Amino acid sequence: MRFSGLRVLREGLTGNKGWQPHWRDPEPKAEYDAVIIGGGGHGLSTAYYLAKTHGMTNIAVLEKGYIGGGNVGRNTTIVRANYFLQGNSEFYSHSLKLWEGLEEDLNYNVMHSQRGLINLFHSDGQRDAFVRRGNAMAVQGDDAVLLDRAGVARHLPYLDFDNIRFPVYGGLLHPRGGTARHDAVAWGYARGADRRGVDLLQNCEVTGIDIENGAVRGVQTTRGAIRARKVGIVVAGRSGQVAAMAGMRLPIESHVLQAFVTEGLKPCIDHVVSFGMGHFYMSQSDKGGLVFGGDLDFYASYAQRGNLPMAEHVMEAGMTLMPMIGKAKVLRSWGGIMDMTPDGSPIIDKTDTGGLFIDCGWCYGGFKAVPGSGFSLAHLMATGQHHAPAAKFRLDRFRTGRGLMDEEGTGSQHNLH
Amino acid sequence: MRVDGKGLIDRDRAVSFRFNDRYYTGFAGDTVASALLANGVRLMGRSFKYHRPRGVLTAGSEEPNALVTVGQGAAQDPNVRATVQEIYRGLAVRSQNAWPSLRLDAMEVNDFAWPFLGAGFYYKTFMWPRAFWERVYEPVIRRAAGLGGLSGRHNPDAYEKAFAFCDLLVIGAGPAGLMAALTAARAGADVILADEDSLMGGRLNAETYRVDGQAGPDWAAEAVAELAGLPNVRLMPRTTVTGAYDQGTFGALERVNHHTGRRGGGAVLECFWRIVARQSVLAAGALERPVAFRDNDRPGIMTAGAVRAYLNRWGVSPGARVAVFGNNDDAHRTAQDLIEAGVEVAALIDSREDVAQSGDYKTYAGAHVCGSSGRQGLRRITVRRAGREFQVEADCLAMSGGWNPTVHLTCHLNRRPTWSDEIQSFVPTPGAVPGMTAAGACNGVFSTAGCLKDGADAARTALKALGLRPRRGGGVPDADDTAYRLQPLWAVPGKGRAWLDFQNDVTVKDVKQAAVENFRSVEHMKRYTTQGMATDQGKNSNMAALAVLADATGQGIAQTGTTTFRPPYSPVSIAAMGAGAQGMGFAPRRLTTSHATSVAEGAPMIEAGLWYRPSYFPRAGETTWRQSCDREVGMVRDAVGVCDVSTLGKIDIQGADAGAFLDLVYCNTFSSLAEGRVRYGLMLREDGHVMDDGTTARLGPHHYVMTTTTAAAGNVMRHLDFVSQCVAPKLDLRFTSVTEHWAQFAVAGPNSRELLNGLLDAPIDDGTFPFMACGPVTVAGVAGRLFRISFSGEHAYEVAVPSRYGESLFKLLVARAQALGGGAYGMEALNVLRIEKGHITHAEIHGRTTAFDIGFARMISAGKDCIGKVMAAREGLLDEEREQLVGFRPVGAVRQLTAGAHVFEQGAEATRVNDQGYVTSVAFSPTLGHFIGLGFVKRGRARHGEVMRMVDRMRGIEAEIEICAPVFVDPEGGRTRG
Amino acid sequence: MRLTCPICGDRDRREFYYQGDAVALDRPDGGAGAETWDGYVHLRDNPAGRTRDLWQHEAGCGAWIVVLRDTVSHEVFGVELAMSVGEAGA
Repeated sequence: MRFSGLRVLREGLTGNKGWQPHWRDPEPKAEYDAVIIGGGGHGLSTAYYLAKTHGMTNIAVLEKGYIGGGNVGRNTTIVRANYFLQGNSEFYSHSLKLWEGLEEDLNYNVMHSQRGLINLFHSDGQRDAFVRRGNAMAVQGDDAVLLDRAGVARHLPYLDFDNIRFPVYGGLLHPRGGTARHDAVAWGYARGADRRGVDLLQNCEVTGIDIENGAVRGVQTTRGAIRARKVGIVVAGRSGQVAAMAGMRLPIESHVLQAFVTEGLKPCIDHVVSFGMGHFYMSQSDKGGLVFGGDLDFYASYAQRGNLPMAEHVMEAGMTLMPMIGKAKVLRSWGGIMDMTPDGSPIIDKTDTGGLFIDCGWCYGGFKAVPGSGFSLAHLMATGQHHAPAAKFRLDRFRTGRGLMDEEGTGSQHNLH
Repeated sequence: MRVDGKGLIDRDRAVSFRFNDRYYTGFAGDTVASALLANGVRLMGRSFKYHRPRGVLTAGSEEPNALVTVGQGAAQDPNVRATVQEIYRGLAVRSQNAWPSLRLDAMEVNDFAWPFLGAGFYYKTFMWPRAFWERVYEPVIRRAAGLGGLSGRHNPDAYEKAFAFCDLLVIGAGPAGLMAALTAARAGADVILADEDSLMGGRLNAETYRVDGQAGPDWAAEAVAELAGLPNVRLMPRTTVTGAYDQGTFGALERVNHHTGRRGGGAVLECFWRIVARQSVLAAGALERPVAFRDNDRPGIMTAGAVRAYLNRWGVSPGARVAVFGNNDDAHRTAQDLIEAGVEVAALIDSREDVAQSGDYKTYAGAHVCGSSGRQGLRRITVRRAGREFQVEADCLAMSGGWNPTVHLTCHLNRRPTWSDEIQSFVPTPGAVPGMTAAGACNGVFSTAGCLKDGADAARTALKALGLRPRRGGGVPDADDTAYRLQPLWAVPGKGRAWLDFQNDVTVKDVKQAAVENFRSVEHMKRYTTQGMATDQGKNSNMAALAVLADATGQGIAQTGTTTFRPPYSPVSIAAMGAGAQGMGFAPRRLTTSHATSVAEGAPMIEAGLWYRPSYFPRAGETTWRQSCDREVGMVRDAVGVCDVSTLGKIDIQGADAGAFLDLVYCNTFSSLAEGRVRYGLMLREDGHVMDDGTTARLGPHHYVMTTTTAAAGNVMRHLDFVSQCVAPKLDLRFTSVTEHWAQFAVAGPNSRELLNGLLDAPIDDGTFPFMACGPVTVAGVAGRLFRISFSGEHAYEVAVPSRYGESLFKLLVARAQALGGGAYGMEALNVLRIEKGHITHAEIHGRTTAFDIGFARMISAGKDCIGKVMAAREGLLDEEREQLVGFRPVGAVRQLTAGAHVFEQGAEATRVNDQGYVTSVAFSPTLGHFIGLGFVKRGRARHGEVMRMVDRMRGIEAEIEICAPVFVDPEGGRTRG
Repeated sequence: MRLTCPICGDRDRREFYYQGDAVALDRPDGGAGAETWDGYVHLRDNPAGRTRDLWQHEAGCGAWIVVLRDTVSHEVFGVELAMSVGEAGA
């Protein structure tokens, strides 16, 4: 079934009786050409592009819970391509281009909205760093505009420009940055993959990875053994546990990142506003809630919930930057499990086990990478060759020191990125 | 309408307030909702999607319909529950999400388009044409969405945060909570009793129960009075415990002045509490669930418990002719309370077959309400019994689908609640929150006697854990102990729309459609339909929605499971949780001893981390910062300048192994440094990149003073603690930060020694104080320290005195400098001087650079271990292709350099793949008369002399530049030593 | 969240700095080889469950402490001074 305004109209007139499942619930087959472990955004998009771009349709996505139940359904929905180090720059640029055609591609309204993202700076030194970033974005072919204080005031008149601990010197505007409806991204990819024949197996937890003579042969799951010569591990938040099934130890520490949403409000914030000095960012959803977050809680955790100190810090940052949000009331807070790597950049690579691939380490920036990550992992799994925009996301870069991408410059301590 | 003889309001104190464009009168003790109902106002809001007319559904903070905006101007407060907001003189509230008015809302057109606006419709449309999403569809959707609005102006009200500690936190002051608090407090425990209501007592104030032979509210008031009289009890009314966190920490919001008009003058609107409790008793009660039937959302239809609360607590009947519909005995109690108060009961409709007549009203057993009518308020209901439908006139319907224990806080640490068949709801899983015991209705115990006993028992459990003994005697008072009986009833079958989530307009149809579309997991259903995502977070609707989903998927409710309960229990303002940060409070301000003097001199003070430092010291006639900066640079190069460098981190290190320790933390050697000498040190992170740099002086055989950069002072201190305690715990040393203890000033320039010799008790010369010497001195009679070090590249010193002398010394130094043709200089000049000299800062050592990159690889001593040594030797970090530190100077027509620009080969297109490097620091060098820059270029050290292109797209500047050595002035160091 | 500093007692989480896995206490020798050093600096067991990690009571006494903790429930089982762990191990 193709979705369209016309279809909504027709169904509305005929009692909405014609709607069909967005995806099937098939029984697992004994063997697939490839299986993807993890039915989150990255896993679903990998399956989608394997099917769509590489014609691999005898594949399955194995999800231990329900699809889209991990970080893709609990993030703050920001989509951007404003990195400045080689490796990240080209990858996120590619991912953003995929975003820009995603609704038509998936025939699913993921509500990708390029509302513009503004990173504020608060000193001359920070301005220089953001100029460097903006120039990197520009030479990559992406968009960036340097705003002075008056320029920021034109876009964000509600900031406190007069009485603020770290005055606003200016900002870097990324006009193509914005937000999307996170769940819809997972569902859209799921539906797209399903329509191309991919089996989405929910409530199917992988309990073991079968390896013979250094090559992967399949997986054990709570719904039985499944044979496959290609297996992709795409399980942000549980990467260490699944990789351990293949005898791997990863350069990852799992941390909790909290996020918050307020009650619905009439439109008051158009952009995505990022206040690096206070580790705070905010946007407003189409439904009217202010969606915001800040830094990690900073202790290793799989709890998917945080504690008060960081929650309060985030609100404090909001209050110093934009005291007009004071009377917005926080409706809900939650946490996601972040795969933190020693340089804050991700991994899409082969492993030492033949046919076993891994896609992990997205830290707290995985949502915007959903299309690009799936596209690049699908390319790697299908062709055996690294997809050029993701070619620097190597697992061995920490051991060799070659191609580290430490955007924050904070070094190998996992939680500082 | 007001009912005589009922209610806990103060009928001697009439209070007028405004709702929309009219004034109304209520009594002290009323909420906006009770006062409006008393005035016959039923229509109070509009729903989110269909803009359906709505009245109150509840009498508490879970209210989904009656949300209003309080106040005007900057302080306007949106989405306030009319059921919680107490009235006070001057209160003005207005309805939201309706235009042009609440009665006549244009957006009600959505209600007629409902067949096209079902669950998830927006995922299937608005995709064509592509550009229309941002330009047309989304703006329209955004304008239509949202509830109330912010003022858009800075919040003018005051908020606070506070910590509290107790042995036992009791959450909820109903019968269970009061009994728990009494039991624990009498045993001597430190107790905090928090309740979200203004009046403690919980349902006792809303019902007609008797406790210990007294009216329920009287017993509650006595209990509260006893607790208030105990020194070990803190009562916190109007305080909602919002979240349970780890190790017995709770968040709580106290609404301090929402019930008064007091603002400004130190009056705090809200206080956010962090309560640390060794034990806790959750006595949060239960929430009644509505029944889904066709058009069950009209103003006048509310929960039966709300009807009793308005009647008994506020003396208000929500209708003149009230019908009651339920699946449990509470329906009967509602009818009885109404009859006793003299309110007409139109009918009692009980879904159960075998119910006895409970009072003098028409009773329909085995019947359902299956529809309603009345456009802006209920006029009649449709009753179905034995396949026959008929109508009953009523302007209010009290409905009860049973009660859901308020298990929320027990689930905040991830544990799921447990399904109870008996009460057809979820109850807390014991041990879900360490140290917490649930009691009373929130534990699935619904009789008053049961609640009292459960509260006392929970307190005893807590006392035992605290090692305290309950006081003897003082049994549980007598009270009603009627069993709670119900028959499950979630949704009455039938055509039309039956509401589950009132605010978000989620109907039974939507949940069923979600299941058809394979959104069968409860989380999928929630996210697809927005069920439970409104401001009540599903408190009124989730159970029924689960039941409908379970029915649609053929699973039981227990198997279907719940969505996740997340903090806060009820919404908390950002201003409360972020209290104290507005304006300058976000971070501490660190001021140097020269701050006031610098400000008095007219120096603009700029943030440097938490510090403030002077940017430059303007003099008469100077109109731009560059004029001042150029002059200050010239002063230092030609005469003498004075600069406060106290913000640099200073760490005093002493002990027999101090030298060995420094050898470990620095990549170069310090154990061999002679006493009275200073050495530049480079500190690496364990991953082989540069952490920080600075000078360290050896003051004695076992005594060093390390300086760090301003930016990294905290990190370095922590790192030293780490190394000494975790890596080399056997080394014998102690160290402490002395950054604040010493005021330190750079005195730089050819006349620096002359200046100092005028102040030192014992003059110095090159013999006694050569470059990189240090030692104790007496400055104007004050014992201090002198270091002959130079960041500017000039003959320079840093002189340190105890901070209390800092201001005086600064004034003295500046006055002397001025007499010698110099003066104070600020950060701008400091930066120019260091760039001229090629000294790096964190603009260069930005966390991605290695000693190799900055040309200091040879500083990593081969003869010893150091932090970062092994990882710095990784092949990738020694690659000649890496970007290496270089200098830049303009050689083309464009003379300006800009920091942040990227560097390309001449003739190469400015693309990522051609990127050769970037500029980190630039300055106009008044010494050289042109711009200079530092930065990084691939293979840079081998490319000195190469002309390249600098491209700054952000600033629109391109320039031809030459790569050169990163030292522009006095590369041989003659001036420094001279 | 609260931790018990062996020196200062029960304190709020906001007084503590978190570093990561207590593997940081077991610094290899310079000649231990690239794999060992990679394991020390980068690779982590990262357990979902009991873990032993390293914190500092930075806003208190400055002590580095080893905390035995559960990363799923956040339950704390024990705390000891890193210095005594290091001395015992060395």
